[in-house]
Amino acid sequence: MIQFSEVNKRYAGGNEALAGVSFNIEHGEMVFLTGPSGAGKSTLLKLLALIERPSRGQIVVNGQNLGGIRRGQIPHYRRKVGVIFQDHKLLHDRSVFDNVALPLIIAGVAHQDIPKRVSAALELVGLAHKERALPVMLSTGEQQRVGIARAVISRPPILIADEPTGNLDPDLSFEVMQLFRRLNQVGITVLVASHDHTLIRRLGQRVLSLRAGRVVAPELQGDAHAGRA
Amino acid sequence: MPAARDDGARGARLSRQTLRQRFAAYLLHHRQMLAAGFGRLRRHPLATLMTVMVIGIALALPAGTLVLVSNAKSVSGTWQGAARISLFLKQNLSDSALQQLADRVRTYAGVASVKVITASQSLAEFQQHSGFGDTLSLLGNNPLPAVLVIRPANAYTTPLAAQQLGQELGALPQVAEVRMDIQWLRRLQAMLDILHRAVLIIALLLALAVVLIVGNTIRLEIENRRTEIEVSKLLGATDAFIRRPFLYHGAWYGLAGGVMAWMLVLFALLLMAGPVAHLASLYGSQFHLSGLGLKGSLTLLVSSIALGWLGSWVAVARHLRAIEPT
Ligand SMILES: Nc1ncnc2c1ncn2[C@@H]1O[C@H](COP(=O)(O)OP(=O)(O)O)[C@@H](O)[C@H]1O
Ligand SMILES: [Mg+2]
Repeated sequence: MIQFSEVNKRYAGGNEALAGVSFNIEHGEMVFLTGPSGAGKSTLLKLLALIERPSRGQIVVNGQNLGGIRRGQIPHYRRKVGVIFQDHKLLHDRSVFDNVALPLIIAGVAHQDIPKRVSAALELVGLAHKERALPVMLSTGEQQRVGIARAVISRPPILIADEPTGNLDPDLSFEVMQLFRRLNQVGITVLVASHDHTLIRRLGQRVLSLRAGRVVAPELQGDAHAGRA
Repeated sequence: MPAARDDGARGARLSRQTLRQRFAAYLLHHRQMLAAGFGRLRRHPLATLMTVMVIGIALALPAGTLVLVSNAKSVSGTWQGAARISLFLKQNLSDSALQQLADRVRTYAGVASVKVITASQSLAEFQQHSGFGDTLSLLGNNPLPAVLVIRPANAYTTPLAAQQLGQELGALPQVAEVRMDIQWLRRLQAMLDILHRAVLIIALLLALAVVLIVGNTIRLEIENRRTEIEVSKLLGATDAFIRRPFLYHGAWYGLAGGVMAWMLVLFALLLMAGPVAHLASLYGSQFHLSGLGLKGSLTLLVSSIALGWLGSWVAVARHLRAIEPT
């Protein structure tokens, strides 16, 4: 489903954020992307969302080589990848309903289908009763769940999340991660960047570890973790 | 969980959305953006009013001046109908020769009527009007010529035709000089043509100003909605989708500015109607200022909408591409 081959990313400033990254994520897998701050997790996810382009190497998503996607085709690609951010990126002048409906409006879904799909998505994240609320009236955890509802409403086959629990307390974090797990169980391929090792171990999914822009073996990652702790 | 079973069916339904449903959704988005654009104007009434005033003034200046120029042109057009050709005849023409000449001139196709003013009638008239009567009588014999005053037939009242008729008449051996009061009208017309052209050039410059004003306003709007644009792009919005609200917003500015300009022109004409009617009455004329008319009003509104649209297009083309999610 997601295939990286010898991917390098060097930013204009000269930083090599990713170096020779290769891995493969199967359809329907759930993978955690870990590594210390600055390891290149966000960069890797940005390459997947076509926010950044690799300097070298090849990325294939769902059979599509991202290198072959021209600017005008990016919107159609992005509709098939749900993205969740640490800071939610909700629009604060719009209701929860309007925020969650936005991907459907962008995709040109018939308007009579929109309300029930928004309700279903909000029900999925346990916020069915907050449709009319403004994002500022919600707690951080609730805002994050609105962001998740927005990311999944157009039923993308892939979901990527960049430190989605970074601002949440452990209980809320676990709830959000369980939500990802449930989405994964309905067939969505999920890639979550996080450095919350306790949480990752509790969920027991495959882990992809980055250090200084390189994929490191799980045992090395264990050492790094031990060394840091 | 229920969503699991739902997934496949929903995906299939999404792809099975008919072209008609998609088009309906597309049209709906246009309608919503049209309404949203108006909503945005209302949300900041003072700022909007100021921008609209500036656009209105910029459009009212050329529109109003064009109305005045076309009024002046139509006035000078009606004056042409009253054009006179005066034939000043050579001295010492006998009264019978004078009548003969007048009869001959009456046979010209371009001549509607001929009024004969004999030398002594000229003198009497001059004495009566000038107050130099006594001085003239000292001269002994009458220095004034006889005059034929000719009113051209309707088809000969245009400056060019009247000019030709005058030349033809001037070729008669008894005629000393042709005086045409149409000359100044031609000059006036030429000046009005220049004025008209100048107003059009100014209108173009002011139209450019409107484009820049709207462009700048929309640029600020784009800046204010940066997050929304970034998020929309991340969620797969096309450039056209992101452009749409801004284009409608700009078109609304244009329309509001056009209506403002229309009202300003109307107001200015109302203020001028009284003095103009007074001036016309001094000339014994029934002349009334005409306004923009239906055609002029529509032209004003359509072009103001187009300018607003163009202005936002310029802003959008320059700035939307630069906003990419990071
Ligand atoms: N836009 C950018 N320009 C230059 N360097 C960047 C940019 N974004 C990230 N980097 C650098 O790339 C490296 C990886 O960053 P990032 O992918 O954000 O790591 P992580 O998300 O794991 O903390 C860091 O050294 C960071 O400073
Ligand atoms: Mg990061």
